[in-house]
Amino acid sequence: MHERPIHPFGKRKRIHERIIETTLFLFAMLSILITVGIAFILIRESYLFFSDPAVRLLDFLTAKKWQPMIGLFGIRPLLNATLTTSIIAMAVGMPIGLFVAIYLSEYATDRSRGILKPTFEVLAGIPTIVYGYFALTFMTPLLRTIFGKANVEIYNTASAGLVIGILVLPMIATMAEDAISAVPKDLRLASYALGGTKIETTFKVVIPAALSGLSATFLLALSRAIGETMIVALAAGAGPKLTANPFEAAETITGYIVRISGGDVSYNSIDYNSIFALGLILFIITFTLNLTSRKISSLFHQEYD
Amino acid sequence: MQTQTLFGTDSDINVLMNKRKKIGLIWQVVFLFAITLAILFLLLLLLSVIDSTFGYVALRNEVEPSSLIEGKTLIKEFSRTELENAAKANLSSGILRRVESEKPLAQRSYHDLVSLLEQYVIKPKVLKTWGLWDSLTQTRTIEAYSLSENGSYLTFKSWINPQFFLADQSADPLHAGIRTALLGSLWIILITFLFAFPIGVGAAIYLQEYAHDNRINRLLQLNIFNLSAVPSIIYGLLGLAVFVRAMQSFTSGSMFSALTDSTANGRTILSGGLTLGLLVLPIIIINTQEALKAIPASLRMSSYGIGATQWQTIWYQVLPACGERILTGTILALSRALGETAPLVVIGASTFISVDPTGIFSKFTTLPIQIYQWSARPQGAYRNLAGAAIIALLILLMVMNSLAIYTRDKLSKKKRLEL
Repeated sequence: MHERPIHPFGKRKRIHERIIETTLFLFAMLSILITVGIAFILIRESYLFFSDPAVRLLDFLTAKKWQPMIGLFGIRPLLNATLTTSIIAMAVGMPIGLFVAIYLSEYATDRSRGILKPTFEVLAGIPTIVYGYFALTFMTPLLRTIFGKANVEIYNTASAGLVIGILVLPMIATMAEDAISAVPKDLRLASYALGGTKIETTFKVVIPAALSGLSATFLLALSRAIGETMIVALAAGAGPKLTANPFEAAETITGYIVRISGGDVSYNSIDYNSIFALGLILFIITFTLNLTSRKISSLFHQEYD
Repeated sequence: MQTQTLFGTDSDINVLMNKRKKIGLIWQVVFLFAITLAILFLLLLLLSVIDSTFGYVALRNEVEPSSLIEGKTLIKEFSRTELENAAKANLSSGILRRVESEKPLAQRSYHDLVSLLEQYVIKPKVLKTWGLWDSLTQTRTIEAYSLSENGSYLTFKSWINPQFFLADQSADPLHAGIRTALLGSLWIILITFLFAFPIGVGAAIYLQEYAHDNRINRLLQLNIFNLSAVPSIIYGLLGLAVFVRAMQSFTSGSMFSALTDSTANGRTILSGGLTLGLLVLPIIIINTQEALKAIPASLRMSSYGIGATQWQTIWYQVLPACGERILTGTILALSRALGETAPLVVIGASTFISVDPTGIFSKFTTLPIQIYQWSARPQGAYRNLAGAAIIALLILLMVMNSLAIYTRDKLSKKKRLEL
């Protein structure tokens, strides 16, 4: 920066300016490298998994048992448990989160919003392992007291699902509130002018107008619930099981990955490869959900901006 | 009074209006209920942790204090000299020699001697533990339990105490602590920061200051948002395959002939820190971009106006103006890394080590992993330990968040560029 440019109005950038720009560009490109790296690693190890003679792709997708010890690799029990916990989580998190968001954006005074929003930030900042502990020491005993110890196992997907619901609640509330507050005031005023009450305006005008933002929220929260690991690792139980009963123990995809990698697994074993195959499935599901969510919300930004 | 309108008579309209208002009221109650529920969850979460951190413990001694000195049933009644004599008389010669070489008995504090005797001679064993709620409400049942168990006695224990922070991991819940885990967490955070901060801020500067709105930059942006939503366990798999396995000679230190621990096999602090670095990178980029966006274009224009180049503008004007904001975002990203468990479990962080990490090539365990291990055990006392460790983790996170809020507040007071 101490030398003078050759020509004061020259458009050519000085050489070290270019070096800096290129370096920063490479830093940004590292993020692409991460995505490519994830995809490459998952696909390569999965290829090794599926090329193992014990594994057949059709069985992988349809078979009802996952027991690597005796060579049974059917993803259905794991996927089923993942879906059970996620559905329970969304059933809890979505309505409560949505109601909280409506209250915050339409009803709350500035003062109560000033208290409530930091509360949700605190809730969102608590590590998931703490939620896992909560599921194990509070939710499960609570469920066992309500529904009877004979009906509810010590490890069960219901408890894990409920707590994941609490985990995604602040995220849903924050994103949904953003979506709802982005609806222009004109729409609300027009509805009032036609004689709509506040609640009618909210449900018949504001919510439909914010629908794309809310669906984006839903998809992102679902993706978060599917990928959640520590809560299910602690509370949902170890051992894959195909069951529709949420009070029984059943291992999810993420729970299985954590359990297998937590033990000392040797490289190039079928166990090692299997966690990458499951990781690939998980990545595809969550990646699709995230991408769709992003697409929807970018459409919605164009609508009102 | 009754007038006919298009919508019916006045009373019809009144009935209808009342009904509509009532629906509104009902919904408002529902919304308030949802808020209450959400706050209740937060309270229950905190209370359940606090509940297991304090409470009664039923213990049984292997050797009664009264057998050391006639007539004194509690070790707290011993005088200092009695403690010293009891230690000399009852510690096995090997332990005594080790203890003496660490610090001579004569120089040790009263408290130190008590814990020494407890650990090696009296050896109390935990029979049963109770939470704070039970301890307060069911004192009778607890006392009855203690009476029914021969030789057992009750103490009210706070599982979180100074000793808990200083002791290392131990198989005995009464003497287990989190020092190793705490140090591991701090080491990991340090590596994460050193790796992710420069790259994250650099990438954000490129995207916000240099990038034109073309395909590749839009792809970069989309990709970063996508990465920030990838489940953390996937980063664990990436770290396992890349840092632990493929780059083992680098991450275990054998490449630099700095191998600290031959059993680590690449499952070192360096691997863990880099894995979490990848995890928080998108978050740091997004937060830094937000900070850069808040700087008005006029600042850049005036800098160009006096002949500064683009990098000079960024380095001397833009970054100083939003430095605190970037720091706040980074601290928040690091506190996310501090609480992460799954990726570190996947890359194979050690579950039981009692040796402090000495450098980036050491094996490690972290606070969340410690919590996971303790929570997963069925015995009651470990649940109490997990509760205490959670409190320690939350305190650490609170310190970091207050730091972030402090820098943010300092910014809004000091900067003339308040936006």
